[in-house]
Amino acid sequence: MLAKRIIPCLDVDNGRVVKGVKFVEIRDAGDPVEIARRYDLEGADELTFLDITASSDNRKTMVHVVEQVAGEVFIPLTVGGGIRTLEDIRRMLNAGADKVSINTAAVFNSEFVREAAEKFGSQCIVVAIDAKRVRPSPPAPLPQVGEGSNKPPSSPMEGDIKPLSPEGGWVEERGKSAWEIFTHGGRKPTGLDAVEWARKMVEYGAGEILLTSMDRDGTRVGFDLELTRAISEAVSVPVIASGGVGNLQHLADGIIEGKADAVLAASIFHFAEYTIRQAKEHMASRGIEVRL
Amino acid sequence: MSTVAVIDYGMGNLHSIGKALQHADPTTRVLVTSEPGQLQSADRVVFPGVGSIRDCMAALHELKLIPLLAELSTTKPFLGICLGMQALLEESEENDGITCLGFLPGRVVKFADDLKHDASGQTLKIPHMGWNRVHQTGIHPLWEGIPQDSRFYFVHSYYASPTHAENIAATTDFPTPFVSAVSRGKLFAVQFHPEKSQAAGLKLLANFLQWSPT
Repeated sequence: MLAKRIIPCLDVDNGRVVKGVKFVEIRDAGDPVEIARRYDLEGADELTFLDITASSDNRKTMVHVVEQVAGEVFIPLTVGGGIRTLEDIRRMLNAGADKVSINTAAVFNSEFVREAAEKFGSQCIVVAIDAKRVRPSPPAPLPQVGEGSNKPPSSPMEGDIKPLSPEGGWVEERGKSAWEIFTHGGRKPTGLDAVEWARKMVEYGAGEILLTSMDRDGTRVGFDLELTRAISEAVSVPVIASGGVGNLQHLADGIIEGKADAVLAASIFHFAEYTIRQAKEHMASRGIEVRL
Repeated sequence: MSTVAVIDYGMGNLHSIGKALQHADPTTRVLVTSEPGQLQSADRVVFPGVGSIRDCMAALHELKLIPLLAELSTTKPFLGICLGMQALLEESEENDGITCLGFLPGRVVKFADDLKHDASGQTLKIPHMGWNRVHQTGIHPLWEGIPQDSRFYFVHSYYASPTHAENIAATTDFPTPFVSAVSRGKLFAVQFHPEKSQAAGLKLLANFLQWSPT
């Protein structure tokens, strides 16, 4: 059967892979080509490159990075960040990318997604959705299911997380939960409901949804599983869960509880905390089909 | 030096396949072309494709490539990939029904919308996207050195259903078996993307570049 995918994400700034740790420092994690090669050897199922500044200079550097990686790593490559025009897409595909991820441009001009899918095919159009919980209003109880979703004691969010009582809340709260699409790194609300938006993007031709919980991104406390599940169950195309991975069980939770088809993570792989192989072995031990 | 021509008819990203062929055998000359003379003089031909079958067939008609493809698919080692496999059949359900090349008897059909996992009852997502096992149904030079049931990378919503069982070279479960590779004479075609399937894919491409059927 089809394997669930693990997708390492490389945040690229000025030709280097970088990763913010605990919201503040940007740590240099190295050369993108070298890291891509390592992930490929470890068994990554795909790679995602995110242009985090998306300035025109950085864009050119990104094209060059993709060209180099595509010349020696033969797994699917996705490029996101600053994809606003059909020409941006063409340039990335010509450099060797297999898919592009469209985020802000989709919010401001959803017809762009339709045009892109018609022109290049849905298989290469990923729509990235950055969603923030608006109900229950944050800081909020963040319902978690699954035994592995224990928060680490040092979690910066721990003070905010009030566990729901065993008999209380979960089912009831779940019915009321809502998430809103935000742009500009989570600063600008759009008034768009995340689940409705995901459905619309699929209707417009998105071949895949890359779903990031803005509440969880960078926290290492695990995915927002309720959000992941709500979107996965709402759309017919594969959903990639992103935002909040701090350990290997979080990845398994995203698949089993979140019903995601793929899981994306950055920091746990960059600093050799875990290898992709270890992540896959852990997922396999939880009964998830993976490519080993 | 032998030459492989990748048919460039405007359907999708041919850079990946060109790069992967070059990587699979650095001594082969790789041409990405739609020029009939170059296609005819190449030792081997790759027929790739992504996108919709309507656009694919329209492009082949416009470039007047169809008679040439019919000839090449019987005279030279010829590898169809993804839409380049589907186009070989007689007709496709996609785009409300499109007449295809008809080099192989059979049709192209869509995965049902309500496919379920056997175990969990979870609805399967379409497109069938990701790494799935390819079960070789017989011995073929292109499977040489590739372990049985190896995983390859797929992205598609339609699949080929050839009329004759002897044209089937591999099947894949999603969740029930569909045909993921076909062969006949010098023709071989795969639904997955060997150029995106890491070691197994590169091995298949290398095998193709060595293949000299008589």
